[in-house]
Amino acid sequence: MSFNETTIKNISKLARLHFPAEQEEKFTKDINSILNWVEELKEVNVDNIEPLVSVSMQEPQFRKDEVTTGELQNELMANAPESAHGFYVVPKMVE
Amino acid sequence: MTYIIKGNTTDWELVIGLEVHCQIISNSKVFSGASATFGAEQNTHVSFIDAAFPGMLPVVNEKCIEQCFKTGLGLNAVINKYSRFDRKNYFYADLPQGYQISQLYHPIVGEGYIEVTTSEGTRKIGVERLHLEQDAGKSIHDMHPSKSFIDLNRAGVGLMEIVSKPDMHSPEEAGEYLRQLRAIVRALGTCDGNMDEGSMRCDVNISVRPVGSTELRQRVEVKNVNSVRFVMQAIEIEANRQIELYEAGQTFTQETRLFDSVNMETRPMRSKENANDYRYFPDPDLLPVILTDEYIENIKNNLPELPAAKKKRYIEELGLTPYDASVLIADKETALYFETASQNQDPKKVANWIMGDLFGYLNKTNKNITESPVSAQNLGALVGLINDGTISGKIAKEVFEIMIETGKEPSIIVEEKGLKQVSDTGAIEAMIAEILSNNQDKVAEIKAGKDKLKGWFVGQIMKASQGKVNPALANQLLDKKLAE
Amino acid sequence: MTTNLVDLHISEALKLLDKKEISSVELTKAHLAEMEKARFLNAYITETPEIALEQAQLSDKKRASGEKIGRLEGIPIANKDLYCTKGIKTTAASKILSNFIPPYESTVTQNLKDAGTVMLGKVNTDQFAMGGSTMTSYFGVTKNPWTDENGEYNLVPGGSSGGSAAAVSAGLCMGATGSDTGGSIRQPASFCGITGIKPTYGRCSRYGIVAFSSSLDQAGPMARSVEDCALLLREMAGHDPKDSTVVNTPVPDYTAALTGDIKGKKIGIPKEYRSNDLNPEIAAAWDKGIELLKNAGAEIVEISLPHTKYALPVYYIIACAEASSNLARYDGVRYTTRVDGSSLDEMYENTRTDGFGPEVVRRILLGTFVLSAGFYDAYYTRAQRVRRLIYNDFITAFESVDAILAPAAPSTALSYEAMQNMSPVDTYLGDVFTTPASLAGVPSLALPITIAKNGLPIGLQVIGKHFDENTVFKVSGVLESLAGFDKKPHHVKG
Repeated sequence: MSFNETTIKNISKLARLHFPAEQEEKFTKDINSILNWVEELKEVNVDNIEPLVSVSMQEPQFRKDEVTTGELQNELMANAPESAHGFYVVPKMVE
Repeated sequence: MTYIIKGNTTDWELVIGLEVHCQIISNSKVFSGASATFGAEQNTHVSFIDAAFPGMLPVVNEKCIEQCFKTGLGLNAVINKYSRFDRKNYFYADLPQGYQISQLYHPIVGEGYIEVTTSEGTRKIGVERLHLEQDAGKSIHDMHPSKSFIDLNRAGVGLMEIVSKPDMHSPEEAGEYLRQLRAIVRALGTCDGNMDEGSMRCDVNISVRPVGSTELRQRVEVKNVNSVRFVMQAIEIEANRQIELYEAGQTFTQETRLFDSVNMETRPMRSKENANDYRYFPDPDLLPVILTDEYIENIKNNLPELPAAKKKRYIEELGLTPYDASVLIADKETALYFETASQNQDPKKVANWIMGDLFGYLNKTNKNITESPVSAQNLGALVGLINDGTISGKIAKEVFEIMIETGKEPSIIVEEKGLKQVSDTGAIEAMIAEILSNNQDKVAEIKAGKDKLKGWFVGQIMKASQGKVNPALANQLLDKKLAE
Repeated sequence: MTTNLVDLHISEALKLLDKKEISSVELTKAHLAEMEKARFLNAYITETPEIALEQAQLSDKKRASGEKIGRLEGIPIANKDLYCTKGIKTTAASKILSNFIPPYESTVTQNLKDAGTVMLGKVNTDQFAMGGSTMTSYFGVTKNPWTDENGEYNLVPGGSSGGSAAAVSAGLCMGATGSDTGGSIRQPASFCGITGIKPTYGRCSRYGIVAFSSSLDQAGPMARSVEDCALLLREMAGHDPKDSTVVNTPVPDYTAALTGDIKGKKIGIPKEYRSNDLNPEIAAAWDKGIELLKNAGAEIVEISLPHTKYALPVYYIIACAEASSNLARYDGVRYTTRVDGSSLDEMYENTRTDGFGPEVVRRILLGTFVLSAGFYDAYYTRAQRVRRLIYNDFITAFESVDAILAPAAPSTALSYEAMQNMSPVDTYLGDVFTTPASLAGVPSLALPITIAKNGLPIGLQVIGKHFDENTVFKVSGVLESLAGFDKKPHHVKG
């Protein structure tokens, strides 16, 4: 199977999630059953079919180069779990 | 290619590619209406989009598209009428969305080149691509022993990432590529090119191989090398490190290293131990960028003169040497200064003044050409005064010193200090007559054939006139008097 | 006044308000009282009675003074708790956003405010709109106001806009905002016996709506009549410079399309939707709908949407891939809950593992996997290619028909117990009829058509061409009046 105990570890690391072993097992099983189910897409002939990225019919539209917002320090910090002197604060990072 | 590092076992050559991030000059950020200017109080130039609040959506700033497009033209590059944004997914505290909006699959600018002149001649260095992306915020690690502080002012500022081909083979070539690139973005006004402020940042990819081989060996990326000089040093240091490893029979993995300019070494980045899987995919919040022919033509027609064209013009039309031309085009301000000063003046003489006396003063006082107390108009006027014989070159140096101190126009200084050359032949002739009569013995020697003594007489004339006599005129009148 | 105020349609209430026979305060108070009575349904996550009354008073004052009023002046509504509302807690029914108070208002809710509506509160949803039952909500499941055969409230309202559907159905608001990514408006509308429309992708701004899957998410109204949906959508829709994917075309007065005349309109019946395992009662309801439209003068045409069976897997790959990236911003740094850790990565992992429910986690894992190196082309790019085939199916079909009629859901409302015993894939199959229109971006309206033997409503959906909501409303209006669906849920009957 393409999704095994190594995959769940790698994928949860990429997604910044971590679980006890029995949950890992459960998610591995769930995801495998979903992957089995989506296998049927392999039977579709998609030769020369361009991937569809967006169904939006809007013409590309751009913003004018104007400053329209700023000075929101208080609003930005209001919901923060930890902040100081107008900075967000996180556990120390390595370079 | 003559840059070779001699090893114990064999001679080695270098393969170098540069990835340069240029902060785009714009009023607002690439996907939000927050200010893109540098140096504000923390988290004040931040919108809810930049801080990735729930439900916030990016909208492209048209100026950033235009800046990329202009730069692409400056790189002689293919402009992609269709480009698109992709998300590069990774977690970092200064990347609020958890992804960076960039362009992997369809960049706005394709292949181009920069012409680079080094001691080994002129070569075209290939540009692989230029794409538009957003900058990250800043993390500050020294405010607390166990915490990092995050400032998002820079998060979302537009960046052009310009990726070269692995076409360079010496530190000098890489340094020159970077200088030329900086001159191009400055001339176009698309990036200020200030490496020390971080608005232009360079990552260097280096590998080595035995001379004559065409293989591409394991490359190492050296990050955040923040001056042209450091780029050249980092290349040399890293290349030698790799050669030592190869010659000791060791291998190494593809990795990212940091340049340490204090200890003059490169060292591995700890946080990049695990190669990231960025899971790029097209950003569904943004539609493709489609440039029309009309838009492209319009920008092309309004493009300022590019450094390469300017250099060519300076050499071919103004008669400057290639070296002088490349110095004067290195940045927009210098070129503008030169062009203003040389209007109606001899460009070669103006160039000499700029590169000699003016640069000498600016370097000494650590000033930028825009801060020069001597305006371009005034420098031009000074050259004019020499040319029309109003003052001598020697007096001009004196006038220049006063111009630096006072910023005054040279003609006013000449007037005030009475430095005008004496061109009243009657007065000069009288002066000469007096000197000759006081030095009859020397006159006799000249007449006996000791021509060299004429120089002594000219010196006496200059001394008596306090340098105000035009030396050519003095010579001419002296000859006339002696012949009488 | 003999009419119960909470039974009124928006169109009816607007007339009474105009004639000053009722006030917005009365209307609002009636709904607030009903909300209190129906707390056991758990339709609302946050009730905002003070704000509602204040807005209602202001609204009445405006009307009395002859000031210019909005087109929905004084109408009490509810907002799905996925819409950011300035100064009012917005949770996406998740733990991780359980304390989040947005400093901004979504474009759609702002538009509704500007139209004069009164907000009663924020209604429940599946967590981050991921689910079809509201069972994934951190704030508990919402009960369907319709009961099972034993008269017990143990049915799901559907989802993800289950709180909206339940509140509208039970008279806890006159209309509500929903959002539909793969059927999240239409399936709960069908389960709760109400009407809801997912408009064309790009019709309503997504600005300020907590994102699930950006290329599929679309805002839409839910109400007790086709006309009410038309009234609400007209206000919700429109160009927004803050969302690059919204079209810049004027919004028509959709109620003008409700002429009742569909003579000569061609209605497509997709044969692929009628599989062998289609529930006979659903099939019969569908046939009833076909019959009604035929009687009204429409021409019924069998059509083919050949890639229908692939819509569900395509949908789950694309939606989860986008979700895995959209939900990366919930990282414990700026506005979420946080569970500390000794390093930045540990804090991220602790925060996210604690803050997301299992269905959200499942989808993030699946989405991360299908985008990861080595699997991207096999899953994600292939899904996008098949998505184009599905899109093309609709484009081709609409060359010969004006609208398509199909079932909205494969069953009537299910019990919690039934849902709990299902595997994730089985629960995903509930979206089988709704995901194709989502992937194609075409508008689709679900409305109740009849009652099944178990006493529960069955809904059908009318699918239209891109930006042809007018035809969708026109056909739906005819179906609605001919079907004469007037059953009320147990809770309303009392």
